[in-house]
Amino acid sequence: MSSLTSGPLKDLGKETYHWQRYTFKQRMGRYSAFVVVALLLYWTLSTVDVFWPWVWSAPEEINDMLYRMMPPNPRAIPEIIPVLIETINIATIGTLFAVIISLPIAYFGARNVSPNKITLAIARVIIVASRSINTLIWALLFVAILGPGPMAGVVAIAFRSIGFMGKLIGESIEEMDWGPVEALQASGSGQGHIVTYAITPQVMPTFWAVAILRWDINIRESTVLGMVGAGGIGMLFQVAIDLFRWNTVSMVLVSIILVVLFGEVVTGMVRRKLI
Amino acid sequence: MSIAANTVNSDGSFLWKRPHFISNPLLRYGLLVFSVVYLMYAFGTLEINFSRVMRGIPRAMQIFSGAIPPDFTSRGSLIVTGFIESIQITILSTTVGVLLSIPFGFMAARNITILPVYWVGRAIIIVARSLHPVVLGVLFVKAVGFGAFAGILTLIIYTLGFVGKLIAEAVEEIKYGQIEAIRATGAGYFTILIYAVFPQIMPRLIGLSMYQLDINLRASTVIGLVGAGGIGNTLNSAFGRYDYGTASAILLIMIGIILIAETVSGKLRRFTR
Repeated sequence: MSSLTSGPLKDLGKETYHWQRYTFKQRMGRYSAFVVVALLLYWTLSTVDVFWPWVWSAPEEINDMLYRMMPPNPRAIPEIIPVLIETINIATIGTLFAVIISLPIAYFGARNVSPNKITLAIARVIIVASRSINTLIWALLFVAILGPGPMAGVVAIAFRSIGFMGKLIGESIEEMDWGPVEALQASGSGQGHIVTYAITPQVMPTFWAVAILRWDINIRESTVLGMVGAGGIGMLFQVAIDLFRWNTVSMVLVSIILVVLFGEVVTGMVRRKLI
Repeated sequence: MSIAANTVNSDGSFLWKRPHFISNPLLRYGLLVFSVVYLMYAFGTLEINFSRVMRGIPRAMQIFSGAIPPDFTSRGSLIVTGFIESIQITILSTTVGVLLSIPFGFMAARNITILPVYWVGRAIIIVARSLHPVVLGVLFVKAVGFGAFAGILTLIIYTLGFVGKLIAEAVEEIKYGQIEAIRATGAGYFTILIYAVFPQIMPRLIGLSMYQLDINLRASTVIGLVGAGGIGNTLNSAFGRYDYGTASAILLIMIGIILIAETVSGKLRRFTR
């Protein structure tokens, strides 16, 4: 094997030719990247605040927990189904609100169509703030403001999704073909007509793709909202954990997996139909 | 996209209408009616309590007045340790998670494994992908106690689900020329995996790891809310103490760090490609 790769391949007069995959500079670059990663890992492992005896006993503890969880408790199902439906509702309505709000934000946040620098900056700030703060943290905030319940969850989902959708739809506006816009301008149409007849048709596929993707993500996210009191199945999960009802916990986990798979199947179907 | 929806007038002139998004009228109006009914039902279940919302508004004012200006200094050292812990959790869990997701990703690739192994691999990845990191965080905090270790375990599973799935997809898309070439030299199964399959997914894997660093940093900021270490812990206790100044400072730094991480991760991905 080694004679094939590093042995003399062709005779170039007196000097023999050695095949090497990388140049010297590339090799040094790769080595230094390895060194940086190794140092980073060393620093992390030596300073991380972990109580090591707990690490060594972890497999045992996790086994113990799994043992208590078996089998899932089917009597919890009547409790689970209504909150599961609530979870899907929160995700759907939250996504719907986000869709409605994110369209103008995407429009103002796209560099090529935004009316002026100020609207662009405002839209960008909204997108960044919305995207960087996790749904659960938004939920924490809105539970304090709106009180516990699914409403806080819907608003939290919407606030997190606005930035995500605004960014992706805005990017697709920035990448669109400018020809139709010029054609409409030449025919004397106003900004409203340009939006409906030149921008919207070009952005439509991305819009649907993004909306469906976000709905799928939001189903996952809304399964945990209940932990901070914002509705959905998370509340049941937290209660079951606090009461050490492990068989109910595992039933909840199974139903979460099922509802997420349901979301994935539905989005897959809609995606194939639409795009 | 039919032209049949357009009307041709008696004098032969033609009125153009935009084609409908869904061409089948039955399906179109059916979906419309279905969505309206569903939305009315779903809004009905929301239990919007306007008097509660009204009472919430002064509370919101109180939160925002406490949050402005953000208070970076009085809990400064706690904030710094929180963020450092989040970064450590991110680094460790990404490393271990990506390494682990290689065997599981290979297991879940239909073209290089036997069916039983494929089902096991797929099942593990589906479970890991479906459970939100916060759910996993709660479970691991219960199993191994509070702190960074629970967070690391949580994000390892999270990484396994995401990277494992994409590795499986990458393996399913490989070219078979290399495999045939290596097999022709008499190599066994694992030699083929290492020399023919792995090099083909390596670029994708490096890009994914960089992306996963970014994702895990985001996730590590929330799993602390359930006690799994990192800045989320600090944020949760700041909320718990009604210390909204510190909380808003944490949120602002979080936005900054996530933006930096996103840029760095994007640069690294472009560089490694």
